[in-house]
Amino acid sequence: MATKSLKARDNELAINNKQLEILNGGIFAEGELPYFKDKIADIGQFPLRPKKLEILQINVGYMCNQVCEHCHVDAGPDRKEIMTRDTMQLCLEVIRNTGAHTLDLTGGAPEMNPDFRWFVEESAKAGIKDFIVRSNLTIIRANKKYYDLPEFFKKHNIHVISSMPHYTKGKTDKQRGDGVFDKSIKALQELNTVGYGMPNSELRLDLVYNPSGAYLPGDQSAMERDFKKALKEDFNIDFHNLFAITNLPIARFLDYLIASENYEDYMYALVEAYNPTAVENVMCTNTISISWDGWLYDCDFNQMLGLKVASSIKHIKDYNEDVLNDRNIIISQHCYGCTAGAGSSCQGTVT
Amino acid sequence: MANPYYDAADLRKFGKITEWSEELGTKFFEYYGKVFEEGALSAREKSLIALAVAHVVKCPYCIDAYTKDGLEKGITKEEMMEAVHAGAAIESGATLVHGVQMMNKYNKLSM
Repeated sequence: MATKSLKARDNELAINNKQLEILNGGIFAEGELPYFKDKIADIGQFPLRPKKLEILQINVGYMCNQVCEHCHVDAGPDRKEIMTRDTMQLCLEVIRNTGAHTLDLTGGAPEMNPDFRWFVEESAKAGIKDFIVRSNLTIIRANKKYYDLPEFFKKHNIHVISSMPHYTKGKTDKQRGDGVFDKSIKALQELNTVGYGMPNSELRLDLVYNPSGAYLPGDQSAMERDFKKALKEDFNIDFHNLFAITNLPIARFLDYLIASENYEDYMYALVEAYNPTAVENVMCTNTISISWDGWLYDCDFNQMLGLKVASSIKHIKDYNEDVLNDRNIIISQHCYGCTAGAGSSCQGTVT
Repeated sequence: MANPYYDAADLRKFGKITEWSEELGTKFFEYYGKVFEEGALSAREKSLIALAVAHVVKCPYCIDAYTKDGLEKGITKEEMMEAVHAGAAIESGATLVHGVQMMNKYNKLSM
């Protein structure tokens, strides 16, 4: 299990161009597999264009208490990219005026940003319909200063979405690090205690499942059923929905695929599972992703690849929703990850 | 020349059998797909049965395919190995139950 980010290890995959070179080259350049662009052109979806903006996803920093093997952000304790209060002020301006109904805070571990609580308090005042914080669960148990997070989330009616790769300890710890499973279970129980995830509770607690290896997620509803049964029986844990998310071949997951000699098979599996229906609802068509330093992207994955939006508006300081929505979405072969099977987004399947 | 037997990359090409016999290939894949849908048995249960049978018929393609399928369905390695044992037990039982025939024959021929 790695304890440092690719960036701290000076791994060449920490360089965005190198990742794009891999995604655009090899089996795609040799014509063994079709480019994503050609696949969506077949169904008249190229260039891919945004629909109505529904979700503002803000990445408040890449620092994290975990170093998960599959992380597309390459997050970790050694990452110093953190959103400042000045940039948060610019975000607040946007949050107050946006037509989007969902605000989605992510990271890293967003709670590790020193201005996280202030930002949540201020954002909550904007009265946005669905206010999500993507919490990795272990952060709640990482340090005393985070112990009251469940109460804090409750106070601001935050919709908590948490990662949980499996309902067994072995698989969870292998992907996310030793001890992660036990801490996550404890954190889920604490969230349940304040009312999160309980049947009929308005305090939403959803889990994100993503595979611990070079395979695609199975049927989301079947997985949800298995997770619910196991977590209830073994730990008396309740939650609302399970989102099955496909791992995209970016950053540490790409590094893992290459090192384990699974890259080609994985890309074959993604292309084989390509579902044209999923293209219509890929999340980049209703989301804007904002980075810790205020740049705008089509999605969190493009953010990690350094692919800023193809628009005259590229930074939150110049934000203009109408201008921004009139753009072509930047795509590459990683996009097959969002169109495989039932499709994949930060909100789970899309079909 | 590459080894012509059991090339792992051939599994990806399975669908191509339809090219040389379209009607039968298409019917087979339709049937195959239907079999593994959720029904009276869950897709998860069927995946474990398929994994056990894959071992009994000793098909390396099927073993690869249903190990991956099991992972996709969140099946644990303990469950997978128990399924393999279930297949192995039936297979060895099938051998051993013939021992009764051997015993019958032995007794019949002996004074």
